[in-house]
Amino acid sequence: MTAVTPDVTESSAPARPRALAGRSWGDLVFRGVLTLAAATVPVLLGFLVVELWVGSAAARDQFGLSFLVRSAWDPVAGDYGALPLIAGTLLTSLVALVIAVPLSLGVAIYLTEFAPQVVRQPIAFVIGLLAAIPSVVYGLWGIFVLTPILRTSVFPLLQKTLGFLPLFSGPIYGPSVLAAGVILAIMVMPYIMSVSREVLLAVPASQREAALALGATRWEAVVTAVLPYGMSGILGAVILGLGRALGETMAVTMLIGNRHELASSLFAPGYTMAAVIANEFAEAVADLHISALTYTALTLFAVTVLVNAGARLLIWRVARGSGAGSKAL
Amino acid sequence: MSALGRRRVRSGIMTGLTVLAVVVAVAPLLFILGDLVAKGIGNLSPAFFTRLPAPAGETGGGVAHAIVGTLLMVGTACLIGLPVGILAGIYCAEYRDSRLAWAVRFVADVLNGTPSIVVGVFAWTWIVASQQHFSGFAGSVALAILMVPMVTRTTEEMVLLVPHSLREAALALGYPRWRTSLLIVARTNAPGIVTGALLAVARVAGETAPLLFTALGSQYMVTSLREPMAALPLTVYTYATGPYEEWHRYAWAAALVLILVVFALSLGARLALRRSSAFRG
Repeated sequence: MTAVTPDVTESSAPARPRALAGRSWGDLVFRGVLTLAAATVPVLLGFLVVELWVGSAAARDQFGLSFLVRSAWDPVAGDYGALPLIAGTLLTSLVALVIAVPLSLGVAIYLTEFAPQVVRQPIAFVIGLLAAIPSVVYGLWGIFVLTPILRTSVFPLLQKTLGFLPLFSGPIYGPSVLAAGVILAIMVMPYIMSVSREVLLAVPASQREAALALGATRWEAVVTAVLPYGMSGILGAVILGLGRALGETMAVTMLIGNRHELASSLFAPGYTMAAVIANEFAEAVADLHISALTYTALTLFAVTVLVNAGARLLIWRVARGSGAGSKAL
Repeated sequence: MSALGRRRVRSGIMTGLTVLAVVVAVAPLLFILGDLVAKGIGNLSPAFFTRLPAPAGETGGGVAHAIVGTLLMVGTACLIGLPVGILAGIYCAEYRDSRLAWAVRFVADVLNGTPSIVVGVFAWTWIVASQQHFSGFAGSVALAILMVPMVTRTTEEMVLLVPHSLREAALALGYPRWRTSLLIVARTNAPGIVTGALLAVARVAGETAPLLFTALGSQYMVTSLREPMAALPLTVYTYATGPYEEWHRYAWAAALVLILVVFALSLGARLALRRSSAFRG
């Protein structure tokens, strides 16, 4: 790395005081190289924002903020609006959270409060493996295994029991908002689990002990002492999971059915911001089409930055210094 | 039943529910791995690793081009991303309270949360649009951008694990700062830094979204980064969403290979970390 600099420490005597004064050439070069590398990171982000901003200029000029609330998507006529995409993104992410949050909380509580010491690490490790599976593999499994099962057995059952709700009515498709939501739930579960586990681990033992000493059962100790203490951190974990779900691309693209319409029911196909970029960017030829897709990317970026910033603030409140927020990434 | 008895029963039931949550959470992993092995392993053959794709509809052929493409692109991404990420991480650990260190930490977290598809769009507008053609290099840059923030954060964390007394001892012996940092602190926790690097490689090796419109994919054996290039995750995507039975079988086999690679890298990362566990308090 910086090995080319002259070696001041082992050379003649006069060099030594300089080294001690902290003004050796090696130190200067070292600091310079490190600073350069470090500065690259913020510069990269600035560059990313600028590129997305410039790239979306044509679409922003033409549609302004109304892009976000319009439903048209017509590359031939050059008319674009992202409302169905935004709605689809939010809906799939919400479905994912509804399924994943109770599950991951249950696992996190079991692992920190009830589980025998010997199984804690192995279970956390195995669930961590879920986070390592590439998105496209989830998509593959979703297309050929999960969706057929959902369509033939789970969806009809849901419709029979919850069909009175508009969300669960209408014709049943395989590729659908709900299928995408289910695969997303599996994908974000490990993140929410591992961050809430870190948060629960950061709750001082004295909290539990106090509750138990007052005669609480172990579950009552969890509910009355542990969870309230870690609440904002757990909320942070959930929002971090939301951030993941919003930007998840491949698995959703492969399962959601890719239809530019506001999904009327969870059984109907839909679209998300990430999925439309994945599907159309490589084939887009019209400048306005590319610009509209870049505008979509800019919107997605802005949303995830806001969501992640919120999550991190909440996590830092509880687990300050434990690094729970960044470790989970 | 006494009130205490009822409360105990309720505690037991809720504990049972958390166990159930564990079972439900672990089940998908078992199903996915089981299906991958069951549907993928039959299609793995020497030809699968050494041959190019057969024309659509024909049998035989392999994904050699995608394996080579992934190796080349991930390798190039490492060359670009790892030095920057590791040095930036060391900077954050060395000059912890400098304003730049705070900015780097914040930005790295922002970039870590950025969807990879957005990074793909960035790489497109930056490189593909200006060069007027898709290329493996653009894909490498997209992957490198994803690696940098991950590596920065883990490197900082790992460097900070080295006891302060070690650094002080070196400085007290008259070592200049750069030697202390590189030869004592960084080297002492080299396994930790390797762990961070391996985890980052594992993550980007499976990335598809940022390659869709940078590397684009290809049916040919391409070894020049200036041309559109295939990658294993792209191949899984194309084959899984394609119309042919034969393609679907290749998608399963390619996915099995991909996941074996990713798991091997993650496992390697964990093993490397175990070697450095001496410094974990």
